[in-house]
Amino acid sequence: MKLGIVQFKPRKGDVEANLAALGEVFAQLAAESAPYDLIVLPEAALTGYFLEGGVYELTLSAEALALRLADLWRTKGGAKRPVDLAIGFFENDSGNYYNSAMYLRVGERDHEIVHVHRKMFLPTYGVFDEERFLSRGRRLGAFETRFGRMALLICEDMWHTLMPTIAAIKGARAIIVPSASPGRGLGGDGELESVKFWHELLHAQAIEHGVFIFYAGLAGFEGGKGMTGSSCVVDPRGRTLVSAPALGACVIRAEIDFGEVDLARANLPLLGDLNAVLPDLLLDEDLLSHTTATLPPRSPE
Amino acid sequence: MNGATTLPVIDALPSAPSLAIDCELAATWLQAFLEDELIARRGIRNAVVGLSGGVDSAVTAFLCARALGPEHVFTIRLPYKTSSAESLSDAQLVVDALGCNDRTIEITPSVDGYLQHEPDADARRRGNIMARTRMLVLFDQSVKLGALPIGTGNKTERLMGYFTWHADDAPPLNPLGDLFKTQVWALARFLGVPKSIVDKAPSADLETNQTDEGDLGISYAKADAILALMLFGYDDARIAARGFSSQEIGIVRWRVDGTHWKRHLPTTAMLSSTAINEFYLRPVDY
Repeated sequence: MKLGIVQFKPRKGDVEANLAALGEVFAQLAAESAPYDLIVLPEAALTGYFLEGGVYELTLSAEALALRLADLWRTKGGAKRPVDLAIGFFENDSGNYYNSAMYLRVGERDHEIVHVHRKMFLPTYGVFDEERFLSRGRRLGAFETRFGRMALLICEDMWHTLMPTIAAIKGARAIIVPSASPGRGLGGDGELESVKFWHELLHAQAIEHGVFIFYAGLAGFEGGKGMTGSSCVVDPRGRTLVSAPALGACVIRAEIDFGEVDLARANLPLLGDLNAVLPDLLLDEDLLSHTTATLPPRSPE
Repeated sequence: MNGATTLPVIDALPSAPSLAIDCELAATWLQAFLEDELIARRGIRNAVVGLSGGVDSAVTAFLCARALGPEHVFTIRLPYKTSSAESLSDAQLVVDALGCNDRTIEITPSVDGYLQHEPDADARRRGNIMARTRMLVLFDQSVKLGALPIGTGNKTERLMGYFTWHADDAPPLNPLGDLFKTQVWALARFLGVPKSIVDKAPSADLETNQTDEGDLGISYAKADAILALMLFGYDDARIAARGFSSQEIGIVRWRVDGTHWKRHLPTTAMLSSTAINEFYLRPVDY
């Protein structure tokens, strides 16, 4: 599978200008001799991240965005090159607003929304204010693609190790992480502390579950807050196959061999071990007594 | 285990936020900030920097030169009749080092034009008038030059409220506002700011023989360390446990707590559910 991650630098709040810029990127990618199989874009790719109350003006339905992206890909040179796209966007579902990411299959004539993940952990502390404006997603699902099972986790979703754990238990062999991370901390040995933390986190999660991680970081400054790009591909043994600098727009690409997942899990069968022990952990009554969370109603898989 | 053997003991280091910064990374990041905010977002290629002869404005000018090229940097010296000669000559060192555009505009006639009606104004009022007059000139020169005025305030003076409201804090971009004074010094050394500027005692130079540390009643080294601990969420007892006196902690806390208003826009009476910045919420770059 040929993977491209577009470290995109949007113009704040201007969806049309950003779609036009994305069209130029699509044209560049579609012109490569070997076709791409999957192209991943960051969180809030077409709007910028910090929108506050402006977010409502910039949301799209998943269907509307899918149609625009599919048309854009085909008109920019991809008409004979079916591709899968993953992108973060602010979603309007009948007046319910989410920070979402979509996995989209674009065929020669048709397209299909394979999955929409709505961000579950909305950072609302410090510099972040998501839950003031947006609703939380309620379910983490893994989904089938023509390359195998995957999951989408958006930014802070990935900071809770339970999330990639559940994604892996649900069968994900790759976790796509669209992200928008404002850089902070100048004490990180040549890279920002926030970037260093991300790398450590992705490295550890890839190893623990034997999954690929496709991390797409938003780039550009937003009101003094510099988004730290740093897009990367981490393989199931925790090796970083390719990574982008923190600053500026770029494309990173990698050839993905999903057989590596099986090999890594054979070498370090932590996911198998977890599956065996998990029932004991979850049936522990003491665990439930330590959480005050109200469980949401279950919806069918 | 042999009873005669004493095991080596390894102590934990006392945890405290570090003030050490990666200067190369800071310079790269701030250069990108200026490029993005000036050129990419606003389409403005020129910067105006008021050069005081001190380290903050020198570092700001150096960063602007990196981001825009020295030919796009317009430094302006704004002396008042009581300003020290050293301020002017130190500012010249920056101009010589960068090869940027430079101009000196005396603010004495303008300041005295007003003060002749207020002969009793004390040093604080006179200082505020000088600071606001300087900003008036910098904004006007920016219009003339197709530039943006760049702020020079650092995090220490912002937190301590050691600046004139709607003067030093007025420019729309501020690259140094999240760096403590001691970190600005480190960055200055990295950028190659002339040594005499980095090594001299910092001064607002609004009165003769004035120094910042004299005004504040505490050294920058101690103030920065205490501020960093405060912002880390430590209470006075925890800060004291790291070697600071209650008097030192008190000076810093009193200044920070008493100046929150200086770090905000004016307080506006809210009368509707569409009040600006209360309900109508748009980020500055939206």
